[in-house]
Amino acid sequence: MSEQKSTGGMVPWEVFVQPRTGAPHEHVGNVHASDAEMALQNARDVYGRRGKVVSLWVTPASAIHATTPDDSGPFFDPADDKPYRHPSFYKVPHGGKNV
Amino acid sequence: MFDGRASGRPTSDTDMTTATLDPELRPALFDYLLRLGDDALVLGHRLSEWCGHGPYLEEDIALTNLALDCVGQANGLLGLAAEVEGAGRDADDLAFRRDALDFRNALIVELPKGDFGFTVARQLLFSAYAHLLYEALRESAFEPLAGIAAKAFKEARYHLRHSSEWLIRLGDGTDESRQRAQTALDDLWMYTGELFEKDDTLRTLVDAGLAPDPRALEAPWRERVEAVVSQATLTLPEDDFMLTGGRSGRHTEHLGHLLAEMQFLPRAYPDAVW
Amino acid sequence: MNEVAQVEEFEARIRQGEKIEPKDWMPERYRKQLVRMMSQHAHSEVVGMLPEGNWITRAPSLRRKMALLAKVQDEAGHGLYIYSATETLGVDRDDLVQALLEGKAKYSSIFNYPTLTWADIGVIGWFVDGAAIVNQTMLAKASYGPYARAMIRICKEENFHKKQGYEICVTMARGTPEQREMLQDAINRWWWPTLMMFGPPDKDSTNSAELLRWKVKQKSNDELRRHFVNITVPQVQALGMTLPDPDLKYDEEAGAWRFGAIDWDEFWRVVRGRGPCNRERLRARRAAHEAGAWVRAAAEAYAAKQRAKQETNGVRAA
Repeated sequence: MSEQKSTGGMVPWEVFVQPRTGAPHEHVGNVHASDAEMALQNARDVYGRRGKVVSLWVTPASAIHATTPDDSGPFFDPADDKPYRHPSFYKVPHGGKNV
Repeated sequence: MFDGRASGRPTSDTDMTTATLDPELRPALFDYLLRLGDDALVLGHRLSEWCGHGPYLEEDIALTNLALDCVGQANGLLGLAAEVEGAGRDADDLAFRRDALDFRNALIVELPKGDFGFTVARQLLFSAYAHLLYEALRESAFEPLAGIAAKAFKEARYHLRHSSEWLIRLGDGTDESRQRAQTALDDLWMYTGELFEKDDTLRTLVDAGLAPDPRALEAPWRERVEAVVSQATLTLPEDDFMLTGGRSGRHTEHLGHLLAEMQFLPRAYPDAVW
Repeated sequence: MNEVAQVEEFEARIRQGEKIEPKDWMPERYRKQLVRMMSQHAHSEVVGMLPEGNWITRAPSLRRKMALLAKVQDEAGHGLYIYSATETLGVDRDDLVQALLEGKAKYSSIFNYPTLTWADIGVIGWFVDGAAIVNQTMLAKASYGPYARAMIRICKEENFHKKQGYEICVTMARGTPEQREMLQDAINRWWWPTLMMFGPPDKDSTNSAELLRWKVKQKSNDELRRHFVNITVPQVQALGMTLPDPDLKYDEEAGAWRFGAIDWDEFWRVVRGRGPCNRERLRARRAAHEAGAWVRAAAEAYAAKQRAKQETNGVRAA
């Protein structure tokens, strides 16, 4: 399929599915497509064929930026030692309901 | 255009079920349900021939979804036809044990699947018709048919979107795809007239509020097809000779082969259950 | 960190049951083994559409037709999920497909056998999908995250495949003498090739030890095969059918079925391209790919034109 690659046409799109209203969109995999409409249709047929989908997002895979494992220390560890962000950090006396 | 049931009105006492159907309407309704069911069955068969052979994996899956919609519709419609007939047959009897002369599908759906351009062009021409038809049939006074139509309408709308987007890409794609798409339209055009014919069966049902007048569907159909064809930078073929016959059992040579394949097992082993 | 330390850390993570994700460091050998195994798996799903697809237009009832269409379609979908997971390892699906079409990639040998009667459709769902489920249930715990996730999705969806196959077999087993004969014939033809699906015996399996150590697999080929035989033999008996193995007998002590010797010469012959349908299967895939070339080219050309238009409009607007 080298002739396809030279035009850069059929590219991977990442697919996100919302299984029901109110639920977040979840990443489910990719489809290959030439443009956004085709990517949506392909995602509908590939990831929505059993129902349980109320909304679909597609985005060119190349548009996704991700952290690397090397980032994980500086990115995420500093958040590990901030217990005051969690409710269990705070003490309230027993009778205080609905606080 | 069609007031079998006033739009939006919930089911009322005047709506017919199989039990309350006027016996005089039965033959026409049976005939009509065969037309709808056979269209879906035969088109579904042609689409199913793509399974495993599509132009790429995603589209293979898409074509099979279209086929599944059609076979599902056929199952419902032929089941209803059998009920209306009341002769103890079921959907499978109607699908697998009738010969070509008794099939009532339009000729356009039985033509061999051709290349992807032919399949797309047929899907456009047919689904542009089917989505208008089922939109109207949702209001049929025959309640079970209105129920099937509600689902079939949604499916046909998606088929229309899928085929429209593809025809636009093929028409406005490469020189080769453009030529293939135009050839397909030209080859198919003479089979489109049949979809809008009004015969005795339809006169009876239209008068009874069971089916929409097919002639009323033609103008909006043409408008939709024209819009897509023009966006695809293709040319709408000229109206010339229109070939008909499917609704009265006069088919092309292709249907016999299709049925020989489809019906082989139930015919070869008439007593077996599969 | 030097490579030895990296490998140690990697293997420690695996031992602790951690999942490896695409951007994590992994030994090149792990990556290569995954690409090989996952792409073979994906190819198998796609080539696997052909033998069953052979009966879609001849399915004997509308219900059977819909079930078979949905099942064969699932195989395309599952091929796609696995290709998608393989792409996270930095390979391109197009290259993988190209390797298949050129005959350089392998796929499961089972799909090089023909489907001769409708009973084959039942027996494939029952045996072949049954064997695949045994394998995939294990792979759903694979150490590579994207592979495991694809497998979880696939296992959920394939639930109905085996049941629809067995239902066809039950119906035929209760049917006419001809139907029973067809069913027995299909069982006879598919049994041994199905046992071969689990791969060569452990002593001859070059990749097994490594895949087990890296927890891509958790069970050896022979273990999986024995498990499959143990669950399947009673199902065959329940239908009043027999298996084509004179040495098959129940070992009371071990509580397990002992089966006869597998013809590994046949296995290797088919793997190397000399099966009944190897050439046809590849030819069918190639034909579909080539017939689709102009379609893909059209979609791409259209997209390129639209992009060019947008750019021109953008310039004008600016």
